[in-house]
Amino acid sequence: MANSPKSQALSQEARAILNSKFSRRALVAGAGALGGAALLTSCGSGGDDAASTSGSIRWGNWPLYLDYNDETQLYPTLEAFTAATGIAAEYYEDYNDNDEFFGKVQAQLKLKQDIGYDIVSPTDWMAARWIRLGYTHKFDKANIPNAGNILDTLASPSFDPTRDYSMTWQGIMGGFGWNTEKVPGGVRTLDDLFAPANKGKIVVLSEMRDTIGIILRSRGVDLQTVTEDQFMSAVEFLEQKVSDGWIRGVKGNEYAEDLKSGDAIAVIGWSGDMFILKNDYDGKFDFAIPESGGTISGDNLVIPYTATAEAKASAEKLINWYYDPAIAAEVAAYVNYVTPVKGAQAEMEKIDPALAASEFIFPTEKTMANLSVFRSLTPTEETSWSEAFLKASGI
Amino acid sequence: MKKISTPYLLLLPGFAFLLTFFVFPILSLAQVSTATPVSGGDIDDFEQTFRFRNYLEAFLDSREHFGRSIVYALLATLIALLISYPLAYALAFKSGKYKNLLLVLVVAPFFTSFLLRTVAWKQILGEEGFVVPPLRSLGLISESTTLTSTAGAVILGMAYNFLPFMTLPLYASIDRIDPRTLEASGDLYANGFTTFRKVTLPLSMPGVVAGTLLTFIPAAGDYVNAELLGGPNNSMIGNVIQTRFLIPDYPTTSALSFMLMAAILIIVTVYIRRAGTDEVV
Repeated sequence: MANSPKSQALSQEARAILNSKFSRRALVAGAGALGGAALLTSCGSGGDDAASTSGSIRWGNWPLYLDYNDETQLYPTLEAFTAATGIAAEYYEDYNDNDEFFGKVQAQLKLKQDIGYDIVSPTDWMAARWIRLGYTHKFDKANIPNAGNILDTLASPSFDPTRDYSMTWQGIMGGFGWNTEKVPGGVRTLDDLFAPANKGKIVVLSEMRDTIGIILRSRGVDLQTVTEDQFMSAVEFLEQKVSDGWIRGVKGNEYAEDLKSGDAIAVIGWSGDMFILKNDYDGKFDFAIPESGGTISGDNLVIPYTATAEAKASAEKLINWYYDPAIAAEVAAYVNYVTPVKGAQAEMEKIDPALAASEFIFPTEKTMANLSVFRSLTPTEETSWSEAFLKASGI
Repeated sequence: MKKISTPYLLLLPGFAFLLTFFVFPILSLAQVSTATPVSGGDIDDFEQTFRFRNYLEAFLDSREHFGRSIVYALLATLIALLISYPLAYALAFKSGKYKNLLLVLVVAPFFTSFLLRTVAWKQILGEEGFVVPPLRSLGLISESTTLTSTAGAVILGMAYNFLPFMTLPLYASIDRIDPRTLEASGDLYANGFTTFRKVTLPLSMPGVVAGTLLTFIPAAGDYVNAELLGGPNNSMIGNVIQTRFLIPDYPTTSALSFMLMAAILIIVTVYIRRAGTDEVV
């Protein structure tokens, strides 16, 4: 039984699944509002070889964050993982918002009760919180030989310097998105965003570090050294815009729905979503990193410490699987976010040379220089800053 | 031991249920509402310090949302009453053999999910829905006027969503009115309006009270309509509780929940006293 998938030696079955055609970027931001649980499982691929099944794993991830085949309604790379390792995977697209998800599972985590997931994908700052609170398992690196493929820039974040508890799933750029029919001039600065014609049709992210981060960068503030005064002054700016009726909503993933329905025409949004929209609507939408600079953050695969030893080992194998450059390229071709895996660019050449040249999947140093990471906050700051941000967003 | 009388035995299941699912949660809520974050502790560590100031601070921070919730809920209740009363009257007295069919039609939309119906309204009233583009091309609303993300959309959404809770009690009490009392009123030279004011309305008061309560109470605590049909300036107290709970800020949300409960209780008590229909509720 092949327990350790090798990048060079995928099983026949796994290859067959990966090579089957699938329309990428097909299903866009269709996740229900209010965090409706879109339960999509990809478990038990027919069971023609029951003997090879070695455990199962439950994965909670953000919507539209894994390659999906519309025709078979399966996730090709995840199917291939099951075929290669015999580990059945249940995939849930119900991670809609960091705070929402944490709020949902926090009480069980604290009591060390099963939360229903063996692997989840919190954003950097939330992953930092999970690690700090001791809610994650420490990886057995022997199960993740591909861990060395992580990009150098991501290899030692402050919240997990040796990547013992978390591995990046995708990198996310925060920037401006717009409807090219309604905003023909595009949005490249904060003034463009708050142009009079956009009044009442602007949506910004409920992810504080992206929305406030972009406002701060437009004022020339370094996100690595941002002070409370600078932060609060940016929050006041947002509060004023909200109370003056410029902003229609402060939202998570649902901003994509508002763009599609025409309710929003200019947004602070995320790169991958915007590229899926741009592609599906033939250029009706576009995305740009603000001239004054955008934000970059990562979503991380972590294993809740409530996972059993067997599930933990399976989860580690899953992480290893997705750090295989060929698999990472498959995922990136669908999700269009920044891939964290070295060698994926070369693999992407084989799938789609145009995507291999994409600045937004494989950012060059020049692009990276224009993106910055929000510094980590102390627990006290985290509470008082997010409180101020919530207040500004009308809560 | 004496024989335990049957009524007490019959009460037992209900009593056990309320104890488990009402009394214990309320006590736990009360306990959390006066807790404070542990100093130097992490984001989800709270300890009991009997800090009753939590209530004052939570109220001062959210008084706008409280006010908005009460006003929106009152307006939604009023709209639902104005729509439901004629409807229930027609159902009871004028629908003839179609009565049952019409009753089913009142309830039919509610066989689908509350969420989906609200999302549907968001699309209907949205920028590219059925309503806004025609109104724009007729010049009735300006380019910058929107229908969603407004207080009006939230209030109408609630009036729509809670309509059957108003219509059905009204129908039940109007249907019980003996038509001969209306005939008698006519025989005594009362015109239609006087008959309504002196006979129909007083006799249907139990339905009005029950209907308004069943609409007002859930509307005051609702957050779905404000979330989907409102904008950041239309957040209600339910939105504050939902969002702050996830931070997690358990003391503030517990205190807010208690105050909401108290506010509703006071309003309802005063209302029932005034309406003078204690025997109904």
